[in-house]
Amino acid sequence: MIETRLGDFEETVMLIVGILGEEEAYAFPISKAFEKRTGRAISIGAIHSTLDRLETKGFVRSALTSATSKRGDRRKRIFVITALGKRVLKESMEFKVQLWKEYPAFAGKLGFSE
Amino acid sequence: MKKQNAIPPRTATRLLRTFLRDDLEEEVVGDLKENFEYDLENGTPFRAKLNYWKQVFLYLRPFAIRKLKRTPTYYSTAMYKSYFRTALQNMVKNKLHACINISGLAIGIAVAMIISMWVYDEISYNTQYSNYERIGQVIQNITANGEVDTWSNVPWPLGNEIRQNYGADFRYISMVSHVWPHTITIEKEKYSKTGLFCEPGFYPMFDVTLVKGTFPAKDPSVIMLSESTAKVFFGNRDPIGQVIGMDGQSFQVGAVYKDFPLRSKWSDVFFLGQWAKYSVMSELEKMDDPWRPNGFELYTMLADHADFESASIRIRDARLKKLNPTLAKKKPELFLHPMPDWHLRAEFNDGKKTGGLIQYVWMFAIVGVFVLLMACINFMNLSTARSEKRAKEVGIRKTVGSYRSQLITRFFSESILTVGIALLFALVLTQLLLPVFNRLAEKNMVLPWSNPMLWGGVLIASVVLGVLAGSYPAFYLSSIRPVAVLKGSFRAGKNASVPRKILVVIQFSVSAVMIIGTAAVFLQIQHGKNRPLGYNVNGLVTVSGITKDVHDHYDVIRKTLIENGSIVELTECIAPTTGSWGSSSRIDWNGKDPDLSIDFMVFEASYEYGKTIQWEILQGRDFSRDFPSDSSAVILNEEAAKYLGKKEVVGETLRTRDAEFEIIGVVRNVVFAGPYDPVRPSVYFLSRGELNFMTFRLNPGKPVAESVASIEAVVKPHMKGEPFSYHFIDADQARKFGNEERVSTLAGIFAGLAVFISCLGIFGLSSFVAEQRMKEIGVRKVLGANLSQLWILLSRDFVLLVVISGIVASPIAYVVLEEWLTGYQYRVALPWWLFIAASIGTLAITVLTVSWHVVRAARINPAQTLKSE
Repeated sequence: MIETRLGDFEETVMLIVGILGEEEAYAFPISKAFEKRTGRAISIGAIHSTLDRLETKGFVRSALTSATSKRGDRRKRIFVITALGKRVLKESMEFKVQLWKEYPAFAGKLGFSE
Repeated sequence: MKKQNAIPPRTATRLLRTFLRDDLEEEVVGDLKENFEYDLENGTPFRAKLNYWKQVFLYLRPFAIRKLKRTPTYYSTAMYKSYFRTALQNMVKNKLHACINISGLAIGIAVAMIISMWVYDEISYNTQYSNYERIGQVIQNITANGEVDTWSNVPWPLGNEIRQNYGADFRYISMVSHVWPHTITIEKEKYSKTGLFCEPGFYPMFDVTLVKGTFPAKDPSVIMLSESTAKVFFGNRDPIGQVIGMDGQSFQVGAVYKDFPLRSKWSDVFFLGQWAKYSVMSELEKMDDPWRPNGFELYTMLADHADFESASIRIRDARLKKLNPTLAKKKPELFLHPMPDWHLRAEFNDGKKTGGLIQYVWMFAIVGVFVLLMACINFMNLSTARSEKRAKEVGIRKTVGSYRSQLITRFFSESILTVGIALLFALVLTQLLLPVFNRLAEKNMVLPWSNPMLWGGVLIASVVLGVLAGSYPAFYLSSIRPVAVLKGSFRAGKNASVPRKILVVIQFSVSAVMIIGTAAVFLQIQHGKNRPLGYNVNGLVTVSGITKDVHDHYDVIRKTLIENGSIVELTECIAPTTGSWGSSSRIDWNGKDPDLSIDFMVFEASYEYGKTIQWEILQGRDFSRDFPSDSSAVILNEEAAKYLGKKEVVGETLRTRDAEFEIIGVVRNVVFAGPYDPVRPSVYFLSRGELNFMTFRLNPGKPVAESVASIEAVVKPHMKGEPFSYHFIDADQARKFGNEERVSTLAGIFAGLAVFISCLGIFGLSSFVAEQRMKEIGVRKVLGANLSQLWILLSRDFVLLVVISGIVASPIAYVVLEEWLTGYQYRVALPWWLFIAASIGTLAITVLTVSWHVVRAARINPAQTLKSE
């Protein structure tokens, strides 16, 4: 049942949050990383909205950092994956691996028409 | 360069702030700025800005949008009741403001309502016909001496010509005789009814629907009557098959059709005869040159694939091809005049459409919008002016726990209530004013009380106007922080009154333009009225429908009436002096330039014409019974004499109608056409035959009613049952000013209302200012200021605004009026003092209005205003 709670896009965003780490995981770099990796353009607002949703679900938490002069003395909100989030990610991956294993064509016989 | 552009578009940021949740603002603005800088480094500034805007818009997501603080869900009717009750209390407390708001709005809305009804009435003219969009009248541009005239009449064979050789473009074609009164005889009863003769194409083209009978087939003397006419003629008897007499012929009623819609081109067509019969009656076939005279109308309806423009081009030379070389010089160009333009755009100048009624429709529509706008300006100005007072109230309400959303609803319910009351007053006002307006505008409009559209419109209007006018207090005042207000540090700020001042300037500029406009229209009418007419218009009576019997008793009638003192002189003439009958281009003289093609207006009259109308002989002499040779004499007007190109024209010979005429005199131009039109060259002939009109110069020493009665007594026995009807020439002449006078009266009323509304507004504002500066006035008085100094102090601001308005309004009014006056050949020159006078007038009214409060405030004992602190 857990899989339904994490959409594909949400999963990707969470993974990127994990990859970027505690220094860089806020909406703007996340959107840039997403664009780089998928080749799809994405608005900061869309990323932000997803992060907000993930936070409500308890998969990530966030905190405002201290201000830096780079963005006109404005603070940024850094996202970190929670323990629950990590578990959900893991479960999601394991679930999919399980599915792939059960798929008969997995062992090299990839013939969909058969 | 980077530095300069490093700031993202401010407007976008501001927009973002208006909707973004407050707690998100810092991080989001930061992120977007970083993104912007990133884009700047990787692309052009333009793309970066564009992307910034895009990012802002993409933040319009449910999670990010600020939520209005939810009021706990105990919305109940009690709450709204309380809103409206406090709103009413507020009105009662500020009676003056409430009155100004409501009365100003009510007047504005009433004016807008009346004008929109009028505009609707005008633009819906003729739309009752189902083929409205596809019908066109064939009319022609005629070139004579470099000037292009547009004539709506065409020669009669044109209908067949178009049908045979250009028929592909048209579905229906019909020649139509003029709508003209005819005397109809039914069993010795005589009636005068207007109607026309047409071809069968007319019936489907103009939706002629039969109530009884069938469309005429073969017999040309079958006639159709309208339902109302049949009722008048035959009552409850069956009209079908009845015989009626008209124009000396007998007709058989073949069908009864539904009356044409009111307010449409054919509304006074009460019978439809057949063209075939008309052609025989008027001996059309016997004309020696049927392509020359233009005496008939031709209507067409386009075929499905055709359009007016290309059809106009195809038929252009249809008449030209049939003309002999002399007439071909006039280069008649045919074209189609579409039905939607008949009523609204029927004026032509130099062969091009110049407009017509549509100009007045636009003018009044604009006036209506402005008057309504001015009323709304009052409403807004007064509410912003009072905002400082209301701010305290907001502070207290917030302190005791009001939500912002509740305050917004409160302010809106207040303004909607005000507008609602104003609308009800406006409806009453409209109902009261409509009869007056109808009389002035010669209309017959009623408020559609039972129409749900009206009530729906009223409801929508009150909400829309209420929200518009109430938006400032609702959104601005409700956002005030209570601490600031209650501590007393809240000030509307220096610039808060700037928009208010601009609005006042707009109001007074509009008022000034309207005043100047009204005065200019009035001046133009006076100019037309003061124009020398070339004859004495007062005390002339004309009787139409003169029969042969009257003509035969000319001398007896004249002698009797002169001897009993009713009249001084009489004459028989082909047209009353206020109109013309026909024109001729076939007038020659020795030395006439062969290229000159000129239409002379042709008048025919008896010997006494000149003496009756009292024209002024400039050269030579009048017709006289003492000269037997006068039967082949003519008199010219000044304009015609000019065309002869000779200094002394008396004694010259004119050739026309295969005969020679000696010019015996030249008279001063008699203005017979429109009062602003140039006088056309005219030729006066003597006539021995019967003419259509008899004109009488009443004896000034005898009461008019008595004279007319005695004229009727003497003339009527010879009329052989024709109805005796008479006109006063001066009344006919006055009627020619009808259009302009109507516009002038209406414009005057609207201008007056506009000024009144503006003054209401400034009255309210000045009361507010006086109240606000009460303490200042007190201190100044204590320090020794006198009344006049205070008066100047307080009036100065308003006077300045009105002066600016005058400066803004004058050039606008000048341009608009010059444009309007180009439509008149005989026009007044706009005097410079008009603009000054209008500005000074507005200024005087303003000073008077403002002084009321100013003087009152300045006279208060300072002890009273200063004791409270």
